[in-house]
Amino acid sequence: MTFAVVSDRLVDVSDLVKRYPRSPANAVDGVSFAVQPGETFGLLGPNGAGKTTTIGVLTTRVRPTSGSARIGGVDVVHDPVEARRQLAVVPQRNNLDRSLSVRDNLIFHAAYHGVPPREREARADELLAQFGLLDRARAKPDFFSGGQTQRMMIARALMHAPRVLFLDEPTTGLDPAARLFVWDRLRELSEQGVTLLLTTHDMDEAAELADRVGIMDHGRLLALDTPQALMRSLSEETTLELTTDRSADGDILAAFATLAGVERVEQIQSGEESDGAFRVRLYLSSDAAALVAPAASLLAHRGLALNAVKLGAPTLEDVFIHLTGRTLR
Amino acid sequence: MSALAGLARPVSSSQRRAFLAVLRRDLYVTWRELPAFLAQVILQPLFLLFVFGKVLGSLGYTQHGYANLLFPGLVALTAVITGMQTLAFPLVAEFGWTREIEDRLLAPMPTAFVAAEKVVFATLRALVAALIMIPIGVLILGSIPWRWSGLPLFVAGLLLGALVGAGFGLVLGTLVQPQRINLLFSLVFTPLLFTGCSQYPWPSLARLRWFQVVTAANPMTYVSEALRGALVPSVPHIQPWICLIVLLGAIALLMAVGIRGFYRRAID
Repeated sequence: MTFAVVSDRLVDVSDLVKRYPRSPANAVDGVSFAVQPGETFGLLGPNGAGKTTTIGVLTTRVRPTSGSARIGGVDVVHDPVEARRQLAVVPQRNNLDRSLSVRDNLIFHAAYHGVPPREREARADELLAQFGLLDRARAKPDFFSGGQTQRMMIARALMHAPRVLFLDEPTTGLDPAARLFVWDRLRELSEQGVTLLLTTHDMDEAAELADRVGIMDHGRLLALDTPQALMRSLSEETTLELTTDRSADGDILAAFATLAGVERVEQIQSGEESDGAFRVRLYLSSDAAALVAPAASLLAHRGLALNAVKLGAPTLEDVFIHLTGRTLR
Repeated sequence: MSALAGLARPVSSSQRRAFLAVLRRDLYVTWRELPAFLAQVILQPLFLLFVFGKVLGSLGYTQHGYANLLFPGLVALTAVITGMQTLAFPLVAEFGWTREIEDRLLAPMPTAFVAAEKVVFATLRALVAALIMIPIGVLILGSIPWRWSGLPLFVAGLLLGALVGAGFGLVLGTLVQPQRINLLFSLVFTPLLFTGCSQYPWPSLARLRWFQVVTAANPMTYVSEALRGALVPSVPHIQPWICLIVLLGAIALLMAVGIRGFYRRAID
């Protein structure tokens, strides 16, 4: 079968909605985006934002409530078989075939996708070498580290030369070295022209790897642009972030706002930690360093001890905080 | 329904290739674990045959000829139970915690094909296991009842029995939660094992009417009776045509429910 793909949208998601039965809210709530061939696209958001469900729809494992999703011009709901030919998935959790050796995992995956025997043997050896798995090729994938498992799953996914590779939280739970290794391999793939769509709750990963980032929260896509452009949207301002030892009352925000050079004041709710600390971010039109002393004395005046000060240009996390009022984790 | 729509479309050669590759994976794994496979399928009927057919007969607790009516029943039991075990246990694990099935669900073929491959593989294993009973029977009993004229009915009964077992496996494998897998043994396997008329012919239960009604509800009964009709027609048995019709109906029902369950587990 041949498909004339007229548009430059290799992945095309439009008004996607997914509501699970007996769930009060939509897991994915009207999401639209497109991914160009060769692009690395990141969906950034906290756990439960709807990233995995979005990938689930695109990879034919989740049936959308409404909206459409296409891969290479193929509607994933109407023709899931053809869509599966074009895509590959590296899931969040290990789903390697435990009855097969590492090499056989790769070989059989290729066989499922109709890769001829000679070609799949050659490709398996090539990918095992590229992912540093040659010495483990004959072992069963039972007692492997998280990093090795992740590499095996990426290698397996590449066996049928997919047009799009989906990676769900590709480095979550990996140690820093394993993480850098996976990042390097993903950059290599991108240079070879493989289109990548990855989800992450790690802003460094998104900024590091993605050409464009979609920021998701509560099933919605809040912003979508290159990491640079997203950060630039805030970068007229520098920021000063202050952390105190305990919580302060609300009018302190108003007090900060009266300081010279402060454009805007935002209290930051930390996602999980409830250590009683109070974090506030000041968006400034002037030099941040010059404001440290007045801000500190304002706190001291109220009997609050200053625990941490962070000056900076905005990061993707700042963009997320700006959009949602919360931190990513 | 989408399950049926998926089956109704023309099957392309690449879909057939995917199906065969998945089947080859199962055969490859079975081949590499052959001793485990043989132990799993042979041991239980071997002991049943030995104790009920040989030991009790030698001690004089069973009548002469009991082994002859027991043998076809145990072949039926082996076919049904093996079909069920081959499908149910791995499926519960693959959907529940290993998630191995995901790679096959993402192969370029309809989801129903993945379920169909499971059924084909379980049926093959069940047939092999049931046929192994023939040499084992000869070995333990000295001779087994055999009629070449009964061969077509024997083959038909065996094939339908294997499919019924696979159908049970598909239904249970998609229905049972992984943490409940122990219940499968006590609540399903044991009753199925003993109400399937493998150890007694169904018409003789007329003296125990309520139990006769219970056994009539177990599809395995019709496998046992069909094989008895094929090998020892002198023993009173349910008419073969009734057995075959009931089995075809049971297979249709189990597959319909099983494939629905499979879709429910495979696609959110």
